[in-house]
Amino acid sequence: MMKKMTCIECPKGCRLIVDAEKGKVAGVTGNECPKGEKYAISEIENPVRILTTAVLGQGLGLKMIPVRTDKPIPRSRIFEAMREIKKVELTRPLKAGDVIVENFMGLGVNLIATRKTE
Amino acid sequence: MIKRDLVIVGGGPAGMAAAVSAYENGVKDILLLERDQYLGGILNQCVHTGFGINYFKEILTGPEYADRFIEKVKNIPEIEVSLKSIVVGLARDKAVTFLKPGRLEAIKAKAIIMATGCREKTREMVHIQGTRPAGIFSAGLAQKFINIEGLLPGKEILVVGSGDIGLIMARRFTLEGAKVQAIVEIQKETRGLLRNMVQCAEDFGIPVYFNHKISRIYGKDRVEKVSVLRVDDNFNEIPGSLFEIKCDTVLMSVGLIPENELIEMAGIRIEENKTSVPGIFMCGNCFKIYDLVDRVTEDSFLAGKLAAEYLK
Repeated sequence: MMKKMTCIECPKGCRLIVDAEKGKVAGVTGNECPKGEKYAISEIENPVRILTTAVLGQGLGLKMIPVRTDKPIPRSRIFEAMREIKKVELTRPLKAGDVIVENFMGLGVNLIATRKTE
Repeated sequence: MIKRDLVIVGGGPAGMAAAVSAYENGVKDILLLERDQYLGGILNQCVHTGFGINYFKEILTGPEYADRFIEKVKNIPEIEVSLKSIVVGLARDKAVTFLKPGRLEAIKAKAIIMATGCREKTREMVHIQGTRPAGIFSAGLAQKFINIEGLLPGKEILVVGSGDIGLIMARRFTLEGAKVQAIVEIQKETRGLLRNMVQCAEDFGIPVYFNHKISRIYGKDRVEKVSVLRVDDNFNEIPGSLFEIKCDTVLMSVGLIPENELIEMAGIRIEENKTSVPGIFMCGNCFKIYDLVDRVTEDSFLAGKLAAEYLK
């Protein structure tokens, strides 16, 4: 079955045509770079996204500390991840890239800060 | 009056890149004025990814992209950063007047780079009829409330316009537990990046009405609902197409306008890639509205270089 999708790997937004059967990709066209093919396969087999949000800091120089997963996580677990992030307490100074939670939700990704707090 | 070689107005991505570039091209006396208490400008509230793919060849969030330049600027002693400094006057003879907490300062610059960014169009600029209840925000203001202040401005959201900030905020509100009722776009396709249609609207099943417009906002104290009309490709209303959408919040994402009051105040004209006054340059969103900060950085490097050449 041919499925149309838009690649989100970069701002170009290539329009992909994906030949997919039973959750497996047989071919991808329309992509201008190899990222498009990788994206199409992931989108069919296991769609993933980097999750970004902001967490209330406690006694830090910033009120809200922006955070993200350092690698993409399954799209289906985004809301669960948001609930987990709400439980995180940030009390020590951080800089961009500092790990807040290692192996976040057992997904093999880290939750990191994206801005210096002081 | 204090004299400086180069004064840069605005410490966002454009101003920071211009400052770094001017230094690298030989300017040794740079004053960077920023009205906020941090460098980084609007990037600080853009906590989503999508920045730096072209320039850093990495996927970064806004604060991370800003951080890289903030560190660069901090490591160059020749760049003096003055925060909480709001420029209130600009003259053709390159006199810059600015307010700092508790005092007014005046500086005579040999060259100036304006990097004052842009602001959002408002409800008034797109002429939506109805009452004036609480709950109508520009998308970027709502972004500031959520990402900087930690406040959620509403629970049932209607987004007017499908610009990137509106799409990004539709996702942001959804992640925070609000319900985004719809995105209503008068044009037949998105004004934003296609990737944002996918990862912000489609991912979350948010309805997008193309060729539709808001005809009226209802509500006494707080927004209660809007009425929506279908339009043709020439924006003519299609009779009988009216329907209503319940919401407590309306987000406006209908475009950006360069912030150029200072340039206008000084009677300076904006030309191709400079101004009518030799030695006064512009870069970033105050010059033209950009889709990508990476391009702002590239063009602002050029502005810094031009200022350095002028000063030689």
